[in-house]
Amino acid sequence: MIHHHSAGNPASGSVSRHPSGPFRLVIRNLSKSYGDLTVWDNLNLTLESGHTYCLMGASGSGKTTLLRILLGLEQADSGTICLEPETSGLRLTAVFQEDRLCEDFSPLDNAALAVGASSRRQFPGFIRSGSRASESPVYSRSDLYRELARLLPEEAILRPVRTLSGGMKRRVAIARALLAPSCAILMDEPFTGLDEDTKQTVIRYIKEKTTGKLLVVSTHQEEDITALDGTLLRPF
Amino acid sequence: MTHRISLRKILIILFWIAAWQLAGMIIQNDIIFAGPGDVIRSFLILVPTADFWCSIGWSFGKISLGFCLAFVLGVLLGSLAFRFHLLAEFLSPVILLIKSIPVASFVILALIWIGSGNLSVFISFLVVFPILYVNTITGLQNTDPKLLEMARVFAIPLSGRIRCIYLPAMIPYLTSGCRVALGMSWKSGIAAEVIGIPSHTIGENLYLSKIYLATSDLFAWTIVIILVSAAFEQLFLKLMQTAIQLIQRKEVRL
Repeated sequence: MIHHHSAGNPASGSVSRHPSGPFRLVIRNLSKSYGDLTVWDNLNLTLESGHTYCLMGASGSGKTTLLRILLGLEQADSGTICLEPETSGLRLTAVFQEDRLCEDFSPLDNAALAVGASSRRQFPGFIRSGSRASESPVYSRSDLYRELARLLPEEAILRPVRTLSGGMKRRVAIARALLAPSCAILMDEPFTGLDEDTKQTVIRYIKEKTTGKLLVVSTHQEEDITALDGTLLRPF
Repeated sequence: MTHRISLRKILIILFWIAAWQLAGMIIQNDIIFAGPGDVIRSFLILVPTADFWCSIGWSFGKISLGFCLAFVLGVLLGSLAFRFHLLAEFLSPVILLIKSIPVASFVILALIWIGSGNLSVFISFLVVFPILYVNTITGLQNTDPKLLEMARVFAIPLSGRIRCIYLPAMIPYLTSGCRVALGMSWKSGIAAEVIGIPSHTIGENLYLSKIYLATSDLFAWTIVIILVSAAFEQLFLKLMQTAIQLIQRKEVRL
C-alpha cells in the first residue's frame, strides 16, 4: 500500500486507503542507492489507473527495487510518491519474483488467506467511497475454488502447495494477487516458469481481472507489452 | 524390502542379547553383572505385583506432567520472548542459570524446598523448559522473511501469520527439541527419584535394588525406564503431529 506524500517528503511506507475513482501515482525525483551503488537518481514517472505498464530494463537496473518501494517494503533515499486525487492511500497487491506461498497449505487456502485478510481489514477511505463492491468483488470459498480452477487443474487446488510444480505455484501467486481486493497490482516477472499456452491463459485472466485497475508488470519479454495491451516503461 | 530390513534389525538385536548372555556366563557373578536369563526371572517376579505397575504409573505421571508443563511454558514464553525483546533479555540470565546448574544441585535444593513428593515433576520441568524455550525462539527467528513481507503486503492478520507462517517455521525446531527433551526428562526425573526416594516410584525401586545388591532387578527396572520413555516419546510426538495436522487441515476462514 502506498502513502500519500506531500511534495518534498521522502517516499516511504504504506497506507490503507482507496481512491473512489480514477487515480494517478506521480513519482517525482525518486532516488535510491545501496551504499556507494546508485540504483537510480531522480526517477520521474506517472502511473494511471486503468492502464497496464510494462517495466523493462536490464537485470540489476532497479525494477524490483522500484516495485518494493511502491509496496512500502523499502524506502527511497529522496523524492516523493503522490497519489492524485489526494486520498490518504492506495491498496496494492503483488506477485513477487519468488512465489512466496505457504507451502504446507493448499492453493485455495493461500488465496483465502490473502483475500479474507484484505476483505476483513478496515480501510477508512475505501468504506467511505462505497466503491468496494465495484472495484473488488468479495469472494466466497467456492468462488475462489472456481477462480483457481480457471488457472489450475482441479486436482491441484486442494493439495499442499509444496506438491505443485513451479509453474502451478506461479499461477497460484498470480491468482492470489488478482483475487485479493486492490486498486493496483504490481507483478515482478510473473511469467517465469510458464509455458507459452499457460502464459496466454494467464495473460487473458490478468487482463480480465485488472480492468479499471493499475497494473505494473516487470518483464524482460517485449512481446508481453503487446499481449498485455501495455505501455512500455523504461525509466532507468 | 521392508521385510528384509525388519529381519536384519531382529538379527542385530538377537546378536547383542547373545553377547549379553555370553558376558553373563563369563563373569558368573549375579551381583556384578546380570545376564538376560536373570533379568527375565526378575521381570516374571515384578510384573504380577501391584507395586510394579503403581511405580511405573507414579513416575510416568510425574515426569510427563513436568514435561507437559515445560512444553506449554517453554513454547509460550519462547514465543513472547521472540515478540518482546525485553522479555528475552529479562529471561536470559534465568535460562543460562537453569542450563548451567547441575541437576544434582537442583535436586538437593528442591528436596529442601518442596520435599520428595513432586521432585521429579520439578526436575523434569527444569531440564525440559530451557530446551523448548530456546528451540521455540530459534524456530521463530528462522521464519522466512519473504513470507513475512508477503503477509505485510496482503495485510494478513496475526492469527493467519501464526498459523500459516510462524507455526510451519517453528515445527521442525520444536519437534527436534521435543525428541531431545523427552529423553532428558526421563533421565533427569528418574535420577531425581533415586536421590529423593519418593514412595512408589521407579527411582525408589532402583535405589532399593542398589541397597539389596539386586543387579538383575536394577537391569529390569532400567529396561522398564527405556520402554516407558520410548513409549512416551512416541505417544507425545504422535499427539503433536496430529494436532499440527488438524491445524493445517482446517480451512482458512474467509
